[in-house]
Formats: sequence, C-alpha cells, structure tokens
Amino acid sequence: MSIETANVIPVSSEPDDAGHFGPYGGTYASETLMHALEELKEAYFRWRSDEEFMARLDADLAHYVGRPSPIYFAQRLTEAAGGARILLKREDLNHTGAHKINNTMGQGLLAQHMGKKRIIAETGAGQHGVASATVAARLGKQCAVYMGEVDIHRQAINVFRMRLLGAEVRPVTSGSKTLKDALNEAMRDWVTNIDDTYYIIGTVAGPHPYPLMVRDFNAVVGREARRQMLEQYEALPDVLVACVGGGSNALGLFHPFIGDAGVRMVGVEAAGEGLQTGRHAASLCAGRPGVLHGCRTYLMDDDAGQITHTHSVSAGLDYPGVGPEHAWLKDTGRAEYVGVTDEEALQSFHQLTRLEGILPALESSHAVAHGFKMAAGMRPDQIVLINLSGRGDKDVQTVAELEGISL
Amino acid sequence: MSNRIDRRFEKLAANGRTALIPFVTAGYPEPGWTVPVLHALVAAGADVLELGVPFSDPTADGPVIQVASEHAIARGVSVCKVLEIVREFRSGDRETPVVLMGYMNPVERYGHEEFARDAAAAGVDGVLMVDCPPEEMGDLGAFLAEQGIHPICLVAPTTTEARIKSIAAQARGYLYYVSFKGITGANRLDAAALAGPLARLREYSRLPLAVGFGIKGPESAAAVAGLAEGVVIGSALIEALGAADSADAACTAVTAFLAPIRAAMDNTSL
Repeated sequence: MSIETANVIPVSSEPDDAGHFGPYGGTYASETLMHALEELKEAYFRWRSDEEFMARLDADLAHYVGRPSPIYFAQRLTEAAGGARILLKREDLNHTGAHKINNTMGQGLLAQHMGKKRIIAETGAGQHGVASATVAARLGKQCAVYMGEVDIHRQAINVFRMRLLGAEVRPVTSGSKTLKDALNEAMRDWVTNIDDTYYIIGTVAGPHPYPLMVRDFNAVVGREARRQMLEQYEALPDVLVACVGGGSNALGLFHPFIGDAGVRMVGVEAAGEGLQTGRHAASLCAGRPGVLHGCRTYLMDDDAGQITHTHSVSAGLDYPGVGPEHAWLKDTGRAEYVGVTDEEALQSFHQLTRLEGILPALESSHAVAHGFKMAAGMRPDQIVLINLSGRGDKDVQTVAELEGISL
Repeated sequence: MSNRIDRRFEKLAANGRTALIPFVTAGYPEPGWTVPVLHALVAAGADVLELGVPFSDPTADGPVIQVASEHAIARGVSVCKVLEIVREFRSGDRETPVVLMGYMNPVERYGHEEFARDAAAAGVDGVLMVDCPPEEMGDLGAFLAEQGIHPICLVAPTTTEARIKSIAAQARGYLYYVSFKGITGANRLDAAALAGPLARLREYSRLPLAVGFGIKGPESAAAVAGLAEGVVIGSALIEALGAADSADAACTAVTAFLAPIRAAMDNTSL
C-alpha cells in the first residue's frame, strides 16, 4: 500500500494498569507471586524510560544480536506464488537464530538492574531456552531452563547448546511433557526462589506485566520493518504474516503497525493434523476464552475446563494458550488468525529452502505457507511481509525423522 | 452473612481448640471413596474440610497434589462431580464446613453464576481460588457473596502491608497464611518464624488465621497450633491416601494419619 493510504486509526492496544487488554490479560497468579510481579512492573516501567538503560539495550541489540535484521525480497518465492511481492523479515539472522533473543536481551538487562543472580526460563522448541542461556552466560548468571521431556527429544541440538552455555536443562515429566508443563514448573521454581531469581517468560503470555513487556522488547522487529519499508519501498506492506504459538514474534511485528489501518495483520496458528481432528494448537481459531498461566485469554480446554493436550510438528507452537493481546486483537477484528497444518508447514520448509536457500524454523514455516497462499491471490503491486522468526537448523533432525531418513 | 465456617471457628474459640483442616483432592484415589473419607476425617477430629477441585495445570502445587489431580481428572472428576460429592457428604453431615480449593479455568467453564448457585445448593461454605487474587475475582466474588459463600484468601510471606490491608477487607471465614515461599508439600516449614508474620496479620484482620503448606505430621501441626487458629494439612495426607486399595482402607489410613495430629494439637492449643 502507498504511504498516502496509510491512515493512522485510533486503535488502542495498551493494557490498563492491571494489565487488561479489554476482557483479557490481568494477573491470575498465586499470592506468593503478587509482590514479585508488582516489583517487576515497577522495575520495568522505571527502566524502560531510563535513557541509559535503553541506550545499553540498543547497543546490545546492534553489536551483540546483529540488529537491524534485513527485509529481504524473496524473488523466486514471489515468482512461484505469482502474485504479490513477498518480503521476509530476517529474524533468523539474529544471534542464536530467532527473534527470542530480542526479549531475553531486554529481560536479562532488567534482571541485572534488579540485582537478581539467577535466571530461569521455560522453553518449547528450545529457542527461548537458548536465548535465555545465552544472556545468562553473558551476564555471568546461573540459569535453569525447564523443558518438557517430549520437547527434549525432538530438540536435542538445542538442549546441548543450552548445556554448552552453562545452563541446567531440567526435564519436565508432568502433564503433556511439553511447553505448558515447562511453564508450570518454571512458575513453581519462581515461587520457591523468588528472592534471588528472575523468571524470563519467553512469550507474550503470563501475568501482567509479561505480555506487555515481552511485546515491547520484541516490537523492535516491527519498528525496524516499518522504517525499512518506508526507506526501501516507500510504502507500507499490505499484509503482515507471522506464526503464533504464544505470539511474541507476531506481536513484535504487528504492534508498531496497529495504527496503520491499511495494513492487514494475519497470525498463523498451528493447525497440526487439521482443525477438525482436534489434534492442533490453534487456540484463537478453535479455542475459547478461559484462564491459564496467569492471564485470561483464548485457550484449548475440554468441557470440564481441563487444559487439553495440543499437537504441532513444531515444538514452539505446541501451546494451548496464546498472549492476551492477540485475544483482544482477534475480538476487535484488528488482526485475523488462521491455521496452517503440519503438512503445509513442512512443504513450505522445503520450498523456501530450495527456492531461496533459507532454511526456516518449522514455526516460521507456518507463516511462510500462509504468506505464500495469500500472495498468490494478490496483485503484483502489493506486498506481503512475512516474519521469518527463526532459522531451521534446530529442526533438521525432526524433518529427517518425519521423512524416514536417519542421519 | 455468617455461615458454617464462622460458627465453627466461634465454637472452637470458645473451647480453646485449634481447627484441624485437612485437604484432600476430590476423587483421589477413587471418586467413590471421597465421601466416606470426608466422614472419616471428621470422625478423626477434622473441624473444616478443604476439598481440592482438580485442575490439569496446578502451578501452585507440588508433585503430590499435581499427581493426585491428574489421577482424579483421568477418572472424570469435574466441578460437577465435586459438587455431587459435597451434596452427598452434606446429606450425612450438616455441620462441618466445606471449602473448595482450586484454579479458575474449571470454574470459568462451569460459569461464575451457576457455580456460586450450585455450590451453595450443594452445601459449600467457602471457595479458595489459588490463581485468582482478590483484585481479579470480579463478578465471581459478587455471586459467591450473594449465595453466602465466603471467599477464602491467601496471604503469603511476600504479601506487602498494603496488600494485607486490601485482602483483609475482602476476606471472609478465615485467612489462609502460606507458611513459606514455595509450593504445597515442600519441606521448608519453620514454625518458629511464623510468630512475626501472624502477629502482623492480626493487626489488620480479626479473622481466624489458618496456616498451611509444609505441615506434615503431629510435631509440625502442634508447633503451628500454638500460633494460629487453624492448621491445614494436604500433601502428607494425600500421600497417606495413595496406598489405599479400597474405600475402607482409605478411611482407615486417614484416621490413622489424622488422629495423632489431633491429639498433638489438643495438647498445645492457643
């Protein structure tokens, strides 16, 4: 779309003081955590308006993470789709290979300023675990990462990376042994070690202020992309596409564009084996509002309110909830949410690798699949910007196994 | 509005006795055993009963209650079933207060208004939502109040003075003091360190104080009984239940577990 049509519309996506995005979000936490959350909120609001803190973060993002990441015109993918131009925001080029480091750099620095000596994190695909372990190593802090047993098996390379970085990877054997259970265990650790421990949540979920804070730290993606679009294309994209598990890379890209009425935002959830099969992780597409992990949001549960097991080929999207701001964006209609199956994502994984020489993470492959579909139905003068949130090196083993190849 | 909880604590105070408050996960180990187990607990000296509503993701609980919850869920225990259990218990015991303890999502799914109405009809006296601080209670708090059900609130070692004030203003029945920073069943109780925080609580609330988390047997129960109006025992009791292979065995096990605790507490009450 041209800049002239990029009208700013007054859509507020800021939560109230208690972290509510409309009816979503909030602080559904046990009493032991309430004071720690209050402290975290105060610290975050103080430091985010501190020039020195923000300058340090910007410098770290530039010199350590390697920002800004480019927006790349995927010419052969565009030709294959035969419609709109497809651009990729290359978060896969960040240090540690995904957008997750944007958040852990910010929260790590915050932990430092709050005087916490120990960092804990939960992880699904292992990207957030690696990003947390990386920051902990750099800041000289102890680090424990909780990871479901199922995910430990499917992301063995990332587990070893975390150990190399000095983190202790703690296997989680309760429940479905995936991301949601890792989050439960990390919360239990935090409640127990609240005085000296900082919990880096890896997505825009959890109790206030996490959804807001994680979004803010990832919003560097959207701010950069918006500036790059205007500088390089003198236009804003017509559509933004990003995968949504908890939703941090999507909100990071979307948020700075929320006021641009002409920019459509499409979040892509994991439809697993198909939305109709029940074996998926698409809480916005097929779930309903409830309370999980500290916030009110869309989630997947049964009629008794028990959280159901999810399925996705990508560990990073295998989560039964979603960030509360996404729930709000869905209800207000400002963003749309769709599902992409395991099979479609795997096809895109191969397609992008062969056409562009870029190996995408299985998570990001969901966004690529849907962006490609959309581009095919659009005009050549239009632009689809896909957040390539992570690289796929970690998924090589999974893909080989799925295809019956032993490495 | 006064209910069974208030009446029970008034009576205990008059007799100089500390409330023994066992917690069991509803439907563990078998749904059909919970009602006889509750009656056995009362017979062994329980004054208030806390009944856990199982949830798939109990983030404030340790492994014992977590496994008991998974076990009960696998046997089809839902909010609906828990209320059925309370109704059946109530038909044989009109006096002992019952407090439901659980997490928000199952109640969300049941519906706030329907939950308050059906819980009151079943004979529930208090509700403690572990993952819902008073500021998020919203209409659930109002519906419970309408039905005369007390919101039971937690206070933790980390709760600030300002929060204690606002919690005290909303809490009814009794205040549940979490004895340490941690999850249920952990081994971190330091009874001697409780005196200070409990005294601080009394500056803001006249409600009876019950202490829970980490109380495992007669010795720790007796130590806490000297400081508070109530002693909550959960994980250790559930462990005692775990080995039972019949309803009778479950009742025998909880009686054998609870009776010495009652005796120890009665020797050291306030």
